[in-house]
Amino acid sequence: MSEAVAHHDDLHDHKPTGIGRWLFSTNHKDIGTMYLVFALIMFFVGGAMAMIIRAELFQPGLQYVDPLFFNSMTTMHALIMIFGAVMPAGVGLANWLIPMMIGAPDMALPRMNNMSFWILPFAFAMLLSTLFMSGGAPNGGWTMYPPLVTQLNDAFPFLIFTVHFLGISSIMGAINIIATVFNMRAPGMSFMKLPLFVWTWIITAFLLIASLPVLAGAVTMLLTDKYFGTSFFDAAGGGDPVMFQHIFWFFGHPEVYILILPAFGIVSQIIPTFARKPLFGYESMVYATASIAFLSFFVWAHHMFTVGMPLAGELFFMYATMSIAVPTGVKIFNWVATMWKGSMTFETPMLFAIAFVMLFSIGGFTGLMMAITPVDFQYHDTYFIVAHFHYVLVPGAVFALFAAIYYWLPKWTGHMYDEKLGKLHFWLSVISVNVLFFPQHFIGLAGMPRRIPDYNMQFAEWNMISSLGGFVFGLSQLLFVWVVIKCIRGGEKASDQVWEGAHGLEWTLSSPPPFHSFTTPPRVTDAVAHS
Amino acid sequence: MRPVNKTTGKLALLAVAMFGFGYLLVPIYNVFCDITGLNGKTGEINIADVDPMAVDRHRTVTVEFDTNLRELPWEFVVEERKVSVHPGEIGEAVFRVRNTSDRDVIGRAIPSVAPTQASVYFDKTECFCFEEQSLRAGEEKEMVVRFVVNTELPLRFASLVLSYTFFEVPDNKTVNRNEAGFQIKNKS
Amino acid sequence: MLFIKLRNILCACLALTVLTFPGPVLAEYGLNLTQGVTPISREVYDLHMTILWVVTVIAILVFAVMFWSIFHHRKSKGAVAAQFHHSTGAEIAWTIIPILILVAMAVPATQVLIKMEETEDTEMTIKITGYQWKWHYDYMNEGFDFFSALDETSNTIRQLKSGLNPDEHENYLLEVDNPVVVPVNTRIRLLTTAADVIHAWWVPDLGWKRDAIPGFINDNWTYIEEPGTYRGQCAELCGRDHGFMPIVLKAVSKEEYADWADEMKLAAAAAADESGKTFTMEESMAKGEDVYKTQCAACHQANGEGLPGAFPALKGGAIATGDLPGHLDIVINGKAGTAMAAFGGQLNDAELAAVITYERNAWGNDTGDLVQPADIKAAR
Repeated sequence: MSEAVAHHDDLHDHKPTGIGRWLFSTNHKDIGTMYLVFALIMFFVGGAMAMIIRAELFQPGLQYVDPLFFNSMTTMHALIMIFGAVMPAGVGLANWLIPMMIGAPDMALPRMNNMSFWILPFAFAMLLSTLFMSGGAPNGGWTMYPPLVTQLNDAFPFLIFTVHFLGISSIMGAINIIATVFNMRAPGMSFMKLPLFVWTWIITAFLLIASLPVLAGAVTMLLTDKYFGTSFFDAAGGGDPVMFQHIFWFFGHPEVYILILPAFGIVSQIIPTFARKPLFGYESMVYATASIAFLSFFVWAHHMFTVGMPLAGELFFMYATMSIAVPTGVKIFNWVATMWKGSMTFETPMLFAIAFVMLFSIGGFTGLMMAITPVDFQYHDTYFIVAHFHYVLVPGAVFALFAAIYYWLPKWTGHMYDEKLGKLHFWLSVISVNVLFFPQHFIGLAGMPRRIPDYNMQFAEWNMISSLGGFVFGLSQLLFVWVVIKCIRGGEKASDQVWEGAHGLEWTLSSPPPFHSFTTPPRVTDAVAHS
Repeated sequence: MRPVNKTTGKLALLAVAMFGFGYLLVPIYNVFCDITGLNGKTGEINIADVDPMAVDRHRTVTVEFDTNLRELPWEFVVEERKVSVHPGEIGEAVFRVRNTSDRDVIGRAIPSVAPTQASVYFDKTECFCFEEQSLRAGEEKEMVVRFVVNTELPLRFASLVLSYTFFEVPDNKTVNRNEAGFQIKNKS
Repeated sequence: MLFIKLRNILCACLALTVLTFPGPVLAEYGLNLTQGVTPISREVYDLHMTILWVVTVIAILVFAVMFWSIFHHRKSKGAVAAQFHHSTGAEIAWTIIPILILVAMAVPATQVLIKMEETEDTEMTIKITGYQWKWHYDYMNEGFDFFSALDETSNTIRQLKSGLNPDEHENYLLEVDNPVVVPVNTRIRLLTTAADVIHAWWVPDLGWKRDAIPGFINDNWTYIEEPGTYRGQCAELCGRDHGFMPIVLKAVSKEEYADWADEMKLAAAAAADESGKTFTMEESMAKGEDVYKTQCAACHQANGEGLPGAFPALKGGAIATGDLPGHLDIVINGKAGTAMAAFGGQLNDAELAAVITYERNAWGNDTGDLVQPADIKAAR
């Protein structure tokens, strides 16, 4: 325990009140809450954009929006969901849980924690303000490929600086997480005793620190290309637009794992609890996660097989991408083996976790199909791709986040959530999400490109079904908000352990936990470690 | 130093280093292109180094020429669109540009070879590419490209395409090359 | 739980239906990849089906184990949790077996990829250039070239709130004014490049798509075995009308192709003649309206009102009602840093003269200016 932390405890012995509690908060729980609330708001903002997209695609012909605005919607939906919803939700959970899981009073760098959160609302205000600018919001896709992105007018510098701010925020958050886990573990909490959620977050944090600065560099090059006369990506000046794609995806592929690794961690906490059985293959889980993260830096070009690469390059990236299936498979098998011969109950968190395992796997399988370069020439930039990444991100990452909220909400609030409504939320979500995304496999294979606002009649039926699924999925999420609010306001009192099969330090604290998690370091025995 | 600060410092350093690495990817990509021939980076060869004895007369390779103009009031044609050469032999193509406008225009040509994998076997002795070409109103210019198809060109390549695209260089920008080999347009 | 089971069964049935139906039937219902009409596209299709089968079988096995466990190892059935937490044998097995499966899949994939990248000599070359938002085809060995844009019927229907029914147009958004015609049983080289931003040329029946990148050419080839009309679309986001630049490829017999090519050459010669002609106002306005619809209306709109903030209005606009040389300059040379392209390279003198005349006199602009091809020639 470092002296600074003790010092910090002295400063904030009493709980601050009013708006100041949130604005100047250095408390990991308050900051975690703010991250989660912010993520939820952004989830609905991005979701509203998705509803506009699905409404326009409900039937052929252009009914509601101009194609340029449609492109803005797809672009902004992606940026908001990735950087505004899923990533902040992951950081929020890390803030709430890591100190409680490793037996620390708070995060290692509380003031930086505050700053990294408060950058977000300003960054997104900046991004959303572009919706009202002449020329419209960014509409060149979230991948920002030049030269298209440089055709953007007033919104261009806003887009670039938003990305910079988001990057800075995430990097600060990541540094904080690593500094906390490396320095503030309770005595006896060795690395191989860390809960998997903490492990996945250490690895995610390293991915963040290693990949986001590369994105910052790439968008800075875009900025200087447009305004300061450089030509990194401008063929006329001797640059190469394809180079941007290489640099972008060098960031972009690790980014995919930044979104999904914390989800792996969450599911690895939840399944053992409700199977009442220790996690199968803890060590192989840790190594699998680390190797997925490591491999993620060597597969980027599979996002751009169609740019025309030398044969050797295409083969290398095909083999490297296929190899990721091995550690990912290990994780899936381990989860199934954890369930095997358990004594399972199916509360809402477990339902979401099981749906995650199954539906994420479907996304993984289509991912494997796309790794096959010659076939990817057909799949690339079609709705098949859209179906694939939504399967890994919505019933994948987002379902894991729902599971986490249901799982730890009783611990955080001291009340049980309404199990009936939670289950209703689950069933509505899991059915509608499949109605929404499964048909997209078909329209993609049948030849519908992505990012188009209108289409031929042959794609009409499946698009309509997909849109209907989308509307139901969107509306179902309002139920989630209601369940959360209801739980915060009251409900059946939750015990300290909350779940019969729950293990780990966070369950030894009271529900709700004290303002400073562990003011005296707990003794870590084998019984409390490893959930 | 406190251990927390030490960790933080190291990680911050890593973040800064990765930002630098993003920029480092530019020259790395260039080297990569030189090796693989991506990006139209063809080989270079001196006329004096061409060995007439090394010509492989058993094999013929067709080379097609392609011309493109981007937002340039010029005409850009090649005399013969297709030639056949033996590997090792010096081939020649005559390109002609004419400024059809009533103002002076500076253009620059970017080369590209297809298939990309063959471009490293395509050695040029003379080329007008990457350099600025300034044409007065109505001026016409003939540009010759001499090239040698390397005898080591793999057998599966029976025909190549050499393409040039002319872009306009706005007159308020002059050209320099930075260390990475990329041209920077300086605003004067 | 019942729901999960039902859904699983449904999914499995669906997957099985997909797998067992013959390809052409599926294409009609739009469920699966097309087999295409080239030797390569068939190999790609086979590869796709192989891997689809492999992952389906793996999925069924893994999910079967999971659901077995979900049904039998539940607390409500009195299951008592075992406490094992690893098994070296199982862990080694489920690392090694996937590796073997992957290697088995990599072999045919590599073979097909190598075949696709072969570049034997080709009998003809077509250069495909992507523009915002149309395609340009240059028959490099024949000496003619043309633009190919969305057909007018589709274009009318697809306007925002047009109220027209796309159902009435069979090939809605998949039809063009000038299809690209190629002979069957001919090895054709297709070069792709772009004039402004990155596009991607994709006809699913050929078995591949390839990016069109400004400043660079990409090399591809095809060998079509069956005559027919094959449709595709741009597959890389390229701005506002990315969804409205389809590709129509007509594969015809070698004789038919030769006749068509002769006609095209004659038409090219006729168009060159037009440049010396003097047009009347009526002729110019009629021709100008046609050119405007295909070239300008996508941004500036058919009613000339543009889109505020993105594309300026021409109706009563400063350019179209201002001085003529300024108007000529912006149409011929474009405007740097905007989506306004230099049409000097895309249209001939007669077309440019007509469209500028049209813009200066339509929608009540009534400047009375009549621009002739000779004026364009002088202004270039």
